Order: sequence, then C-alpha cells, then structure tokens
Amino acid sequence: MALLDVCGISDWVKEDTFSSQKASVDRVNHFNFAAREPELAVPIGVDPADFLKPFTDCEDGVEGVTIKLEHGTTTLAFKFQHGVMVAVDSRASSGSYVSTQMFKKVIEINPYLLGTMSGSAADCVYWERLLAKECRIYKLRNKERISVSAASKLLANMVANYRGMGLSMGTMICGWDKKGPGLYYVDDNGLRLSGNMFSTGSGSSYAYGVMDSGYRYDLTVPEAYDLAQRAIFHATHRDAYSGGTVNSKCKKKIIM
Amino acid sequence: MMISAQAYGGNGKVKEYHYTGPVEHKFSPYAFNGGTVLAVAGEDFALVASDTRLSEGYSIHSRDSPKCYKLTDTTVIGCSGFHGDCLTLTKIIEARLKMYKHSNNKSMTSGAIAAMLSTILYGRRFFPYYVYNIIGGLDEEGRGAVYSFDPVGSYQRDTYKAGGSASAMLQPLLDNQIGFKNMENVEQLPLSQEKAVQLVKDVFISAAERDVYTGDALKICIITKEGVREEIVPLRKD
Repeated sequence: MALLDVCGISDWVKEDTFSSQKASVDRVNHFNFAAREPELAVPIGVDPADFLKPFTDCEDGVEGVTIKLEHGTTTLAFKFQHGVMVAVDSRASSGSYVSTQMFKKVIEINPYLLGTMSGSAADCVYWERLLAKECRIYKLRNKERISVSAASKLLANMVANYRGMGLSMGTMICGWDKKGPGLYYVDDNGLRLSGNMFSTGSGSSYAYGVMDSGYRYDLTVPEAYDLAQRAIFHATHRDAYSGGTVNSKCKKKIIM
Repeated sequence: MMISAQAYGGNGKVKEYHYTGPVEHKFSPYAFNGGTVLAVAGEDFALVASDTRLSEGYSIHSRDSPKCYKLTDTTVIGCSGFHGDCLTLTKIIEARLKMYKHSNNKSMTSGAIAAMLSTILYGRRFFPYYVYNIIGGLDEEGRGAVYSFDPVGSYQRDTYKAGGSASAMLQPLLDNQIGFKNMENVEQLPLSQEKAVQLVKDVFISAAERDVYTGDALKICIITKEGVREEIVPLRKD
C-alpha cells in the first residue's frame, strides 16, 4: 500500500507467505494478482519486441490474429513569459482504424504538473499514472512539491529499464516549480531533454513549422493559446494520424 | 481475378506454382475467435450487448457462447478476441473483485474496475491478452458509463462503443444515431432505454448480415439501478 511505502515499513517487515515464493521472470505468480507490487510479465526465451512485431506491425498479422494497439499523435508544448503552454490533438488510432476522436492526451499528474501522451496510448497512460503515484509519495515524504526536473528524471529512469523491449512513448513533462516554468521531453529510450519548445508525434514536423514562425518569448496568454491551437490545427490538417479536437492548457504560476 | 499472360505455359494451361522446400510453422499463442461487443450509456442505464457465436477460421465452435460477463450489480464487461484470454482475464478480474470486497467491505465501482483492468492488461504489455474489452455500468451518481480498452490497457470513458470483429462497421452507425454526427437540423433528444435497446438489436442484425464472425444470437444486458436484466434475441445463423 502507498502508506506502507511512505513510512518505509515494508522495507523491514518480513514478506508474507504469498509473496515469499519469488516469481520467476517468465511466470507471473498467480496468487498475487499484482495487487501489492506491479508485475510485468514477459514471454519466455524471446525478445519481447520481436515477439510482438508480427502481430502488431503486419497488416494481416499471424494467421488472422492482429493485435492493434492504440497510438496517439501530435502534441506540443512551449515556455513563454507567463508559463508553459501545452496543446494536443485528440485522435487515437489502432492501425488504420480511428478508435476515438476524443482521447485525452494531457494527463494531470498533479495540479501543477502536466504530462502529454504520444506514441502508444497504454504505455503513456500507465507510466504517467505510476509517475503520479511517485510524485505523491515524494510530497508526503518530503513535505514539499517535487520539481519538474526530478519528476521527468523519475519517468526517464523508469522506462529506461525497459529499453529495447518495444515500448513507444514520447512525452513532455511540463509544470511550474521553484525555479520557474519547467519543460522536459522524455522518450521511451530514456532520453530526457530540457528545452523551450517541443513537439512530438507523427504530425510534429507540421506543428514545428507553425510554432517556429510565430513563437516569441513575450507572447501574451491569448496569443500563446492562438499559436498553439493553430499549430495543432495545421498538423491535423496534413497528418492522417492526427485529428479530432485541439485541447490546450496553460500552466501559469500558482500563487501559494 | 486477373492473371497475367506470364502465368500461362506453352500449352495454354496455367503454370502450376510450387514452393519446394521446408516451411516453418511456428506455434502461435493466439487465435481469433470472432465476436462483436457493444456498449451504450444512457442517463440512468447502460447496455452491454454481444453476439454468441464462437468461431475459429472457417468453423463455428459454438452458437451459444456469449461475450458479456456480469461483474457486479452495476457493471458488466464484454470481451471479444481470443476466447482463451477472455476466460482467463475474467477469472482474474473476478478474483480481484472478491479480494477488494473482502478488504474494503464494499463492491468496486465501475470507474475503479476500469482503472484496475487497465493495470491488469498493462501487466501483460510484452505478451498481451488478445482481448478487446468494453465495460458498461452505472457510475457512483447512477448515470450510465462505458469504458473501452485496447489490448494493453489504454482506456477512456465513452458514451457508446463497439468492439470486436464488426466494430469498424458498427461504430460509424452509432456515431450517426447516438452521437448525431454528420446530421444537420436534427433534434438531439437524449436516448431512452427502449430506443437504445431497439437500436442495439437493429445494429446487430446489420452486423450479422455483413460480418461472418457475428451472428447466431444476441445477448443484451441492461443495467439499471434495479440490477442487471438479460434479453436474448435470435440472429442469422448462416
């Protein structure tokens, strides 16, 4: 439980009988059901990325079995004088089928930290939810909010453990902390970059073009909204995998 | 079928094509068992409907294998895809529901079940459950809720969703009839329970016409504050 983790009790309490049998890498211990510790199962003896490729990437799959995972598409974020502006599209596609036009690609990790999602939807949602849990535990342990830099570092380290196994995640962690506005790009390879402006996804090139032509540090808030929305709009116009509606959020300084 | 002239040999007959040599057939851990699932959320009700055909390749294994599973008095899940994974997944969900009930002395709400299912599915990110899930139920305020999932746990709340083999055929029809998309000058009335049930029946009759994996019978689970009621409607058996 989260409270046990915060107090650090689980470190020195003996494990109970259910989890004493160490789960081997290939088999999930069915009696735990991952209720306490999250468990990720891996197929035995094969490279996980190669194992899934014939099912997900080929049009016909294997003997008619195609596992289509939902993918998200164009997102962008930039820093300006008033804070950080984030804008995303809302289309999620499984292969060539549009599963939904109303997908929420901005995750509120907490009231002052936002994460965006592009790449595989499930990967982004899961790891950012885990990040939200870690940020909450940090706040309980240290009695102060986690910085954007530390939060993005936590996420980068979490996914770096699964590098090469087929995760697909391009996310931007944005927010406001003691050092001012923060914007970090975190990748499924464990890449973590700080910067003033990022765009990710299949429509990112189109979004960069519009953003670069209109960006100034001293934009007003309505001008920044307009720039971000125009960039996403143009990306959805030209990129087949982007579409739906534009969702934008501006993280301004939180008065304590 | 267009055959090029090159395929014909000197004597006018089509040349036979042989692949001579060993062919590797790997064991595939998955199979596609067909089936369509649909869920609709109303003001104070939710519907989860599925056909009952279980097929594999060109065969029909069973005409009476529904894909809706009742989880609690307010939640029903529809699972289509690989039947083996559907059975194991529902078994695991039911075990986790019992554990929750014993620890917390209350049933899980549909939102909580959806969040839990997302992490259960992601636990198999590298060897997914080949199941397309849709959860239908009532939220804490008594309003209808539908949650749709992809095989590895990405989910979100919808008003209506179709999943499974005929999903690409049904979803546009639902977008038009329930979402009023691409319609001009229409009165956007909220969906009543009777209209929703009739719409679901019509939609599945259409699906059975055009999708080989959908047919035999339709099972509709209607979830209201009184509980879960089931209706069975016959469909095309061919």
